[in-house]
Amino acid sequence: MSNLLDLTALQARQGLEKGDFTSVELTNAYLAAAQETKGLNNYVAMTEARALEMAAASDAKYAAGNAGALEGLPIGVKDLFATNGVPTTACSAILKNFVPQYESTVTSNLWADGGVMLGKLNCDEFAMGSANETSVFGPAVNPYSAVGGADLAAGGSSGGSASSVAARSSIMATGTDTGGSIRQPAAFCGIVGMKPTYGRCSRWGVVAFASSLDQAGPFTRDVDDSALMFKSMASADPKDSTSAHQPLPDIDGAMAAGVKGMKIGIPSEYQMDGMDETIIKLWQDGQAWLKDAGAELVEISLPHTKYALPVYYIIAPAEASSNLARYDGVRYGNRIEEGGSLDDMYEITRAAGFGDEVQRRILIGTYALSAGYYDAYYLKAQKVRRLIRNDFDEAFKQVDAILTPATPSAAFPLGVKQADPVTMYLNDVFTVPANLAGIPGMSVPAGVNGDGLPLGLQILSGAFAEDKMYAVAKQIEQSAGFSEVPSRMAGGAS
Amino acid sequence: MSADKAIVDTATVEKIARLARIRLAEERKEPIAQDLNRILSWIEELNEVDTDGVEPLASVTGHSLPLRKDEITDGDVQGKVLANAPEEASGFFVVPKVVE
Repeated sequence: MSNLLDLTALQARQGLEKGDFTSVELTNAYLAAAQETKGLNNYVAMTEARALEMAAASDAKYAAGNAGALEGLPIGVKDLFATNGVPTTACSAILKNFVPQYESTVTSNLWADGGVMLGKLNCDEFAMGSANETSVFGPAVNPYSAVGGADLAAGGSSGGSASSVAARSSIMATGTDTGGSIRQPAAFCGIVGMKPTYGRCSRWGVVAFASSLDQAGPFTRDVDDSALMFKSMASADPKDSTSAHQPLPDIDGAMAAGVKGMKIGIPSEYQMDGMDETIIKLWQDGQAWLKDAGAELVEISLPHTKYALPVYYIIAPAEASSNLARYDGVRYGNRIEEGGSLDDMYEITRAAGFGDEVQRRILIGTYALSAGYYDAYYLKAQKVRRLIRNDFDEAFKQVDAILTPATPSAAFPLGVKQADPVTMYLNDVFTVPANLAGIPGMSVPAGVNGDGLPLGLQILSGAFAEDKMYAVAKQIEQSAGFSEVPSRMAGGAS
Repeated sequence: MSADKAIVDTATVEKIARLARIRLAEERKEPIAQDLNRILSWIEELNEVDTDGVEPLASVTGHSLPLRKDEITDGDVQGKVLANAPEEASGFFVVPKVVE
């Protein structure tokens, strides 16, 4: 038996089916891996007992011949998904003692298909951040280190999920993506991250950040695993009014058919000043790979791209300020009372419970929605949002998918204080447009920079056309032959 | 439509912090005003875009909100509803006194 941690989810699924090993063995290997890589701070809570119980149940299912699609696979869950009886904190002090009495739809789907819950994964507080540094538990660390050994950001907001899958302390993990929170950390950690079409995965039981943008998706080691996990996570859910009822396309068929004859858009606006040379080179390599595989490259224009970030930084905080109004210290969450009135209790509770970045975004959102500014900021942003969406609608009349870099740089060092919040926001420049337009996007590891740090390419497709995105992703994966592993990986990189 | 050239001062910060029910220590008001001004001046870029006649986009779903039958599908879980309450008594959430 080879090292269990080396297996992808699909390979592990096959090994379990054949009886090469049991889910209890596999789960124990991952629990040990999580211990071994504890220094990466990617788990905020382990659920060992539940994991072993679920694994034993999975072994029984295999024995009985009725195993599910994810039967016995050990999965990590971003601490933004409500898990019944297991603390769910959104990595915020205000929810530190919150124990949901129900299970999110997405995780319910995973467990119904036989997934095994390992624990809850670190993220930015309420998913607000690009480096996992706003977490009340401290940052998750990238298992890749800088030359010289300094700790690098795993990205954010789903930094714990990306770090864990890359470090092999989970075989797959859930994430959420409001402006790039799956795709950016996946790119930073050298793994595959996918944000589905808005509405594919139910938002029910997911702690809300910006409801018109939030979408759950999978973190996996490769593209096949991503398709496997996505099919399980997605569902039409009557508990989420924005849930989509379109059937999933034939993703496996599209991956098998390949990219021959597909038209791939290359948007000129994604050529940004000051972008890392190796990223420009990688983008060109990606174009060459697809052309060699029989796809046709088409230069396209997405003229409103530069406005995506300012639009996002109005709409997301505005929705956040409304969503986070519920944390008032009355029904759940921490409460701080110092005598005084009900309003005093609200104000003190929220000041103590929310971190600086969350407060900043609530305040920006409150301002953008306040009397006298609503039209100038919020309504204006929604109008430009429509123009951004129209750009993509036009593009997808000409092309099947779009290829871009995933991030403007490789992972950056942790702890570098950003004097200007806008500088940190620029990380999301390539990923935010897909959230605004509601289209699917995926980051696939495709190369390394001069320091050996992973870089990702992003593939976008039209709404509900995840099949086309996966076909391109599969080709990129094959052509890139990305085989880097991080230095701080469980099971020992030598 | 041109945006008011908004300059956020500490009085404005106090006002929005009050609306957001977040109590700010005195020394945080000025730095927050500066942060907000930086973010807002960056956002001013949007005024370059001609949006006359453009319908605001609030939702990307493309479908209208579904309606369900008005019937009880869940409930009778008072214990669960109250399980995370910071303070409860006799099946109610307890808050500081609001009426003298």
